[in-house]
Amino acid sequence: MPRNSLNKQLNMVQDEILLLGSMVEQATLNAVKTLKTRDIKQAREVFEQDQIINEKRFAIENAILILMATQQPMARDLRTLAALLEVNTELERIGDYAKGIAKVTMRMGEAEVNMPMLEIDQMAELAVDMLHRALGAFIEENANVALAIPKEDDRIDEWFNTAYTKILKEMVANPETIDQVNLALWVIHNLERMADRVSNICERTVFIATGELFEMDTMDEDDLNI
Amino acid sequence: MEQQNNHYAIETRGLNIFYGDFQAVKDISLKFERNRITAIIGPSGCGKSTVLRSFNRMNDFVPSARATGEVLYHDKNIYDPSIDPVQLRRMIGMVFQKPNPFPKSIYDNIAWGAKVNGFRGNTDDLVEETLRSAALWEEVKDDLKKSALALSGGQQQRLCIARALAVRPEIILMDEPCSALDPIATLKIEDLMRELSQNYTIIIVTHNMQQAARASDFTSFFTMDTDRAGVMVEFNETAQIFTKPKDQRTEDYITGRFG
Repeated sequence: MPRNSLNKQLNMVQDEILLLGSMVEQATLNAVKTLKTRDIKQAREVFEQDQIINEKRFAIENAILILMATQQPMARDLRTLAALLEVNTELERIGDYAKGIAKVTMRMGEAEVNMPMLEIDQMAELAVDMLHRALGAFIEENANVALAIPKEDDRIDEWFNTAYTKILKEMVANPETIDQVNLALWVIHNLERMADRVSNICERTVFIATGELFEMDTMDEDDLNI
Repeated sequence: MEQQNNHYAIETRGLNIFYGDFQAVKDISLKFERNRITAIIGPSGCGKSTVLRSFNRMNDFVPSARATGEVLYHDKNIYDPSIDPVQLRRMIGMVFQKPNPFPKSIYDNIAWGAKVNGFRGNTDDLVEETLRSAALWEEVKDDLKKSALALSGGQQQRLCIARALAVRPEIILMDEPCSALDPIATLKIEDLMRELSQNYTIIIVTHNMQQAARASDFTSFFTMDTDRAGVMVEFNETAQIFTKPKDQRTEDYITGRFG
């Protein structure tokens, strides 16, 4: 079959996307872990490693542009490369959320802060798991799997709402820690946004498979208590 | 054959073309929109040139060729006995793969065909007007008496387009018009096609998919059926064909995974 060269280079870019995905997953889990351990040193590492994620993102983007210019992809190939560009950007932004969470640990310093860690953990674990499965479906171009994943976002929203209420109560109960507790709002916001970006990745999978572009209905303004 | 306010310049209904016992294309039904560029793409031997040539009865010159079904032009089947093929070819001009100017001056290449077809106006004006329409005037206006064969390949092809325009056709058929040209000359022809589509209907057969993607409004994909007869697989707006084709055979061809 012709187009071996295109297939081979496409597979290489897909492998790089999976690698970028696992870097972002690890960064997210590590960042949340530093909130629990309050390990500022590790938080700084996560913060600084975001630079590596950014560099990988640009390298992948460059590889995709070269493929487009040299192989003139059409139809499904063209959609795949356009989707890879999009997913590449989504992953980089998720990396920024992880970096943001690490920054929260750094800014909290040594202060004792009462955070809804149960919900934060649950949100992080599910969001990372959704991301992992979304990337698998993306590479396999499995639209059915991709269509199901965004529905799990409802649970993320529920935990967000619970955590949000807990954080507000903590602010009222212990106003002297309000500056630190406020940072926890950023954590749950970042995790909630991360799950939304997973939905964007799923949209791209459906786009490759069907050529249809549409927004998956994962979040109504009413779903969140803000 | 007067110009009618019809949305389609030409339409085929159940067109079959045979060379002797061999069926070259079968059951082609296509509509070509007026003042638009339609590309016909497909692998070698799928009958796309055969179909193109049937639109002005160029296949009449092949003794074993015959057609069934209809090719409607101004609501008349061009294979009807009442149709004069010479008059038809004046209205539906053709540009070929290899530029084929007459071995005469640039001026005569334009003027000669027009005169043969009964042109009685000012020939100087006609030559200038058509060379301008073919985006060639600025390059040759001081050398009109020079032999057409001294022009570059791209200029020769534009001269052939000008020659086709000189008899004031409605439709221009182009059979691989750029395959003998370099990339810059090719892009000039594509720009010219876009200009011309304001006044003419253009149907182009091309092997170059990027050319079809760049230059046409509509694309029709042909392939060979199991009995080796050419069939029309898919017709749609060019943007759709190249980003979201409906038929797997189209997808396989345009992504280069054919065969």
